[in-house]
Amino acid sequence: MIKAWFGQHLFVLFQSLKRLMSAPVTSLLSILVMGIAFSLPAGIYTLMENLHAFSGQTGTTPQMSLFLKQNSNQLDIDKVRQLLEANEQVLRFEFVSKDKALRQIQQNSGLSDVMRSMTHNPLPDAFTVDMRDTNVEVFDQLRETMQAWPEVEYVQFDSAWTKRLNALLTFGRVIALLLFALLSVAIVAVMFNTIRLQILTKQDEIEVSKLIGATDSFIRRPFLYFGAIQGLASGVTAWLIIALALQMMNDELRALASLYSMDLHLKHLSNADSISLLLFATWLGWLGARISVASHLWQIEPK
Amino acid sequence: MIQFKHVSKRFPDGYFALNNIDLNIAAGEMVYVTGHSGAGKSTLLKLIAAIERPTAGSISISGQNIAQLKPGIVPFLRRKIGFVFQDHKLLFDRNVFDNVLLPLQISGFDNRVVASRVRAALDKVGLLKKEKVMPITLSGGERQRLCIARAVVHRPSILIADEPTGNLDIAYARDIMAMFYAFHQVGVTVLIATHDVALLEDTRHRILSLQQGKLAA
Ligand SMILES: Nc1ncnc2c1ncn2[C@@H]1O[C@H](COP(=O)(O)OP(=O)(O)O)[C@@H](O)[C@H]1O
Ligand SMILES: [Mg+2]
Repeated sequence: MIKAWFGQHLFVLFQSLKRLMSAPVTSLLSILVMGIAFSLPAGIYTLMENLHAFSGQTGTTPQMSLFLKQNSNQLDIDKVRQLLEANEQVLRFEFVSKDKALRQIQQNSGLSDVMRSMTHNPLPDAFTVDMRDTNVEVFDQLRETMQAWPEVEYVQFDSAWTKRLNALLTFGRVIALLLFALLSVAIVAVMFNTIRLQILTKQDEIEVSKLIGATDSFIRRPFLYFGAIQGLASGVTAWLIIALALQMMNDELRALASLYSMDLHLKHLSNADSISLLLFATWLGWLGARISVASHLWQIEPK
Repeated sequence: MIQFKHVSKRFPDGYFALNNIDLNIAAGEMVYVTGHSGAGKSTLLKLIAAIERPTAGSISISGQNIAQLKPGIVPFLRRKIGFVFQDHKLLFDRNVFDNVLLPLQISGFDNRVVASRVRAALDKVGLLKKEKVMPITLSGGERQRLCIARAVVHRPSILIADEPTGNLDIAYARDIMAMFYAFHQVGVTVLIATHDVALLEDTRHRILSLQQGKLAA
C-alpha cells in the first residue's frame, strides 16, 4: 500500500522531470531567470555574513579599556577585578599594570628614549575587557556602568566604527530581506504563469482524466512537482551564481590581502543557510504552482 | 444496480433533455438505449457517471445516491464505470498503449501489473499489434476499439458506450457489438446508446426507447 503510494509519487516525479526535459530551452531560461532573481538577495546576504565574520576577526568583537585613577592602589584594582568577574556581559579581561604598559611602550614605540628619561610613570593601571555581545547598545550601556565605578577614571571604547559597521550590516540585511520579499513575489508570478501555460496545453489530458475518475489531487500533483523541481533548480542556480561570484572576488582579494599579509577570503553560505535557500526556493516554486493550479483547474470541467 | 426515480434534466436554457425518467437496470444486464438524435441518450448516460447532474429526482448505483454525491467522491464512482465517449476523447499526444494506460495510472495500479493489463485490454479489441502507434494514424473503427480498450482496462463493473458504432459500416458495427456482448457474458453491466435501429433487429436484450426526453413504453 505504502509502496504503491511511494511508487506513484516517484512516477509523477519522473513525469515532471520528463516534462521539464521536453522543452529544455524554455525550462532552462525560466530556471535561469528565477536563479538570477534569487542570487541577488542571497548574494547580498552572503556578503553581509562575510562582513560580519570579518568584523569579528579583526577584533571588533570589541574591547574596551578601563583606565583606573592615577592614585589607585591594590585594593582598588581588586575591587574592579571583582566587579568585572561579576558582570555577565564580560567575556574575559586582562589586567595591564602601569609598569607593564610602560615597558610595552618602551619596547614598541620610538618614544622609548623620552619614556626612559621620565622620573615617574605617567601611565594609569588598566584593564582590557572583551565583550560577550557585539551589540552596540550593550556596549554603550556597559560603558556607562563602568564609568560610574569610583575607581575608574575613563572607559575608552571606540564605538564609532563598530556602530557604523553594525549600521551597515543592518542596512545590508534589510536590503537583502526586501529583495527576498520582492523577488519571491516575482518568482511566484513566473511560476504561476509557467503552470498556467502548461495547464492550457494539457487541457485535453486534464478533461479526460477527470472524466475517467482522476481526483483533483492526482491532477494537481504533476504541476506541483514541476513547480517544486523548477524552484529547487533555480535555488541551485542561485547558489552556483554566488559561488562563481565569490570565486572571482576571492581571486582579487587574494592579491590585496597578500599586500597586507592578511587572510582575506569570502566564504559561501553556511550549510544550514544553503539548505534554507534551497528549501525556500523549492517552496516558492511549489507555491506558485499551487496558486496557479487552484485558479485554473476548476475552469476545465468536462462537458 | 442502476435505478432512476423521477429523473429530469433541464438545461440552463430551459430545455428538458430528460423528463421524469424511471428505470431499473439489474446487475449484469445488457441494455440498449435508442432514440433519434437529440432524444436525450447521451444525457442519460452522462447522468450515470455524474458527468451531468439531474435537476430533479434521484439516481442510485449499487444503493449509492449519486444525485447528492460530494465532488470529492465522484472520481471513485467513475472508476467503477467504463465509458466509451461519443466523441472518443482520445489523447493524441501519446500512443495507443499510453492511452489505455491512463485509467490504470489514475486508479493507482501497481506499476508491475499495468503493462500486462494494458496488453490484455488491447488484445480483446484486436489492437495488440498497434500499441506503439499514435491514435491519429488509426482508422475510425480502430479508434472506436481503442476507446473500448481504455474503458475496460480497469475492469469496471459497469460499461457504458455512447454511439460506439457511430459512423461504422454494418459489418464492423456488428463486430463491435459482439465485443460488448462478450463483456456482458462475463458479468459486466452494459449500457449502449445507439440511434442505429437496424443493429438491434435481432437482439434478445432490453431496449429503452427515448423520445424527446421521455421513455416510450
Ligand atoms: N449542455 C447543454 N446545454 C443545453 N442543451 C443541451 C446540452 N447538452 C445537450 N443538450 C440538449 O439536450 C438534448 C438531448 O441531447 P443528447 O442527450 O446529447 O441527445 P442524444 O445523445 O440522444 O442525441 C438535445 O436537444 C441537446 O441539444
Ligand atoms: Mg448523443
